[in-house]
Amino acid sequence: MATTARKTSKRASNKQFDNDQLTTFYKDMLLIRRFEEKAGQLYGMGLIGGFCHLYIGQEAVVVGIQHELETGKDSVITGYRDHGHMLATGMDPDGVMAELTGREGGYSKGKGGSMHMFSTETRFFGGHGIVAAQVALGAGLAFAHKYNDDGGIAVAYYGDGAANQGQVAETMNMASLWQLPILFVCENNRYAMGTSTERAAAVTDYAARGKPYGIPGARVDGMDVEAMATEVGKAIKHVRSGKGPFVLEAMTYRYRGHSMSDPAKYRTKEEVQKYRTEQDPIERLREKLLGDGIADEAALKAIDKDVKAVVAKSADFAQSSPEPSPDELYTDVTIAAA
Amino acid sequence: MTVDILMPALSPTMEEGTLAKWLVKEGDSVSSGDVIAEIETDKANMEVEAVDEGVIAQLLVAEGTEGVAVNAVIAVLAEEGEDPAAASSAASAPATAPAPTAEAAPETAPQTAAETTPAVALAPIEVAQPEPEWDGAMVETTVREALRDAMAEEMRADDRVFLMGEEVAEYQGAYKVSQGLLDEFGARRVIDTPITEYGFAGVGTGAAMAGLRPIVEFMTFNFAMQAIDHIINSAAKTLYMSGGMISSPIVFRGPNGAAARVAAQHSQCYAAWYAHVPGLTVVSPYSAADAKGLLKSVIRSPNPVVFLENELLYGQKFEVPDSDDWTVPIGKARVVREGTDVTITAFSIMVGKALEAAKMLEEQGISAEVIDLRTIRPLDTETILASVRKTNRLVTAEEGWGQHGIGGEIAARVMEHAFDHLDAPVGRVFAKDVPLPYAANLEKLALPGPADIVAAVRAATYQEA
Repeated sequence: MATTARKTSKRASNKQFDNDQLTTFYKDMLLIRRFEEKAGQLYGMGLIGGFCHLYIGQEAVVVGIQHELETGKDSVITGYRDHGHMLATGMDPDGVMAELTGREGGYSKGKGGSMHMFSTETRFFGGHGIVAAQVALGAGLAFAHKYNDDGGIAVAYYGDGAANQGQVAETMNMASLWQLPILFVCENNRYAMGTSTERAAAVTDYAARGKPYGIPGARVDGMDVEAMATEVGKAIKHVRSGKGPFVLEAMTYRYRGHSMSDPAKYRTKEEVQKYRTEQDPIERLREKLLGDGIADEAALKAIDKDVKAVVAKSADFAQSSPEPSPDELYTDVTIAAA
Repeated sequence: MTVDILMPALSPTMEEGTLAKWLVKEGDSVSSGDVIAEIETDKANMEVEAVDEGVIAQLLVAEGTEGVAVNAVIAVLAEEGEDPAAASSAASAPATAPAPTAEAAPETAPQTAAETTPAVALAPIEVAQPEPEWDGAMVETTVREALRDAMAEEMRADDRVFLMGEEVAEYQGAYKVSQGLLDEFGARRVIDTPITEYGFAGVGTGAAMAGLRPIVEFMTFNFAMQAIDHIINSAAKTLYMSGGMISSPIVFRGPNGAAARVAAQHSQCYAAWYAHVPGLTVVSPYSAADAKGLLKSVIRSPNPVVFLENELLYGQKFEVPDSDDWTVPIGKARVVREGTDVTITAFSIMVGKALEAAKMLEEQGISAEVIDLRTIRPLDTETILASVRKTNRLVTAEEGWGQHGIGGEIAARVMEHAFDHLDAPVGRVFAKDVPLPYAANLEKLALPGPADIVAAVRAATYQEA
């Protein structure tokens, strides 16, 4: 419930972030917001096909977490609502948007689409369409960090729906048994497609799901980027120090439907509106930036303009990049023997 | 400057919809995210949000209008400060530029040495390296030891290679295949897992994506059905879905097919299941030499591999090259017995039964050539075709069920590429179309044996039964 989420948000205990960090949070969240709005628009124009799951509303979760990671050293993996995670790890918006439109310039050359993009550079390992598969795969990434003793950790994101999959329990057991350096992040946006957490789980305390396996957990206000970064900082310290996995449950909310064709009959307009007006992560930070005199309207407008330009460029690229060559049909099925 | 607001497509199938309600009027200011209209689609009522900010200059489609085409201009948005009234009402051309289209995809994949046009597009046939000749010393080795030696040698050569599975470490392997590996390589590289096939198949695949070379042992492939999602959706498809960026160099291995008297759930051949999937390499050896040489090759392979062993063969002894660097190429069948009258294809335990059948046939005056497929995917079609062009008759043998099986695939390929060379319909030998029974007599009846192969060959050579 949203009310319990509020209880976990103790602004007073938040870490102090400097002005540059706060401004960066704002810019990073805004980029995801505007990118997703543009993706929704391109979908409406028929330029993006199939499934398209937008991250609007949940921006603080991934921005807060990525801030505490070492990009390129730590590994990140998630499910199908993945555009925000890609942008947060630093993947090029042009390549992401072009993948959404199924073009040659996309991260997967147009062969993966919305749910299947990767970057060896930022160590983003997808983008997976089978609910919860990324949790077991993420433990494999963590296994490799431990095996290679390279100091990196893995972050596996999954939703409140995926949390009920058997392989999440299987993975938590092994991750704890083997003390793998993995941070499990349950993005609880309250609805698994159209089924609310209360209708899907006997116990909705997802932060406690690691408890039977000896994994500590915490619940955090996922609509507050500072709270996210603060809590994840502590969780990562635990994981990186070799103490094994940690479960972080981010209480968040998606404004849009599960996918583009979701009529959203399972929740009221008032509920959505309440989140948008009272808890929007971008608006909350914006108020703070203005209220504390960290930035003025002009500075925020300039950020807005920059972000819009980046998104507009990605949309242009995604429409001008050609479709993949027919020759690509048969490439990348297997790697030819050396 | 004005921005056209278009009728959005709100589902993959929507072509038109009803503009049920406007939630804004001309002159209203909107910012991105504001709900401006409600639309009824083929599936549901949906809300339309503004993407850009500005002032609604014009509403071009009245509330209640049905059949509004996707991408039609429904409203015009003016920038803040712009005079909405002066904003152009011209319903300009759709903003959507047509995608730069690529040429139509080729209807068939490149083929090698096709005699006739194939009815079905096959993936390009991989040309395997010729098998390196071995004229050095040979050592008598069981299949079990050969598999262990292959893993040990590759683990010595490459620190990225590790083994995980149920009972592989302290128990020394449920079938003793991993005997001694824990002692030599330690718990970092020989890892006992809980009984959690789906989970550890995913952990292994993730480790492979991160650059390690996992060998995941399934106690038997029957239990891998719990893990088949990771084998196919995670391991086999990721290279393609990532446009070649992320590979999954992993070996899934373990016993496959019927053992003895363990009934239906523990007695199934999965060769056809996995061979169906592009992206996977599927190997199923018979002899100890091939088991060792092929396991070494697949551990070195950059691709995900399903390596199907057979419990009943583990204890059988064969001559194996005395070398720690001798390998067998992936994708190459082997003629294990030369003959002139009929070709018999087989793999795994059925190779032994085919050789037995060939001996019986020889006594009846029929000369059978036996091909051990060894690799199921990519299938060495060339070796089969060359043999059929010589013998003009073909019988396939497998332990799995017949429907959509390996034999059906081979028959189709031979029909496509060597139809004119066939003097008789292709014969198929396979398990009876039932779950494997427990009772000794029924089990024997259900599984194919040498006598079934002999009967099929006699039919293909128009001899009396």
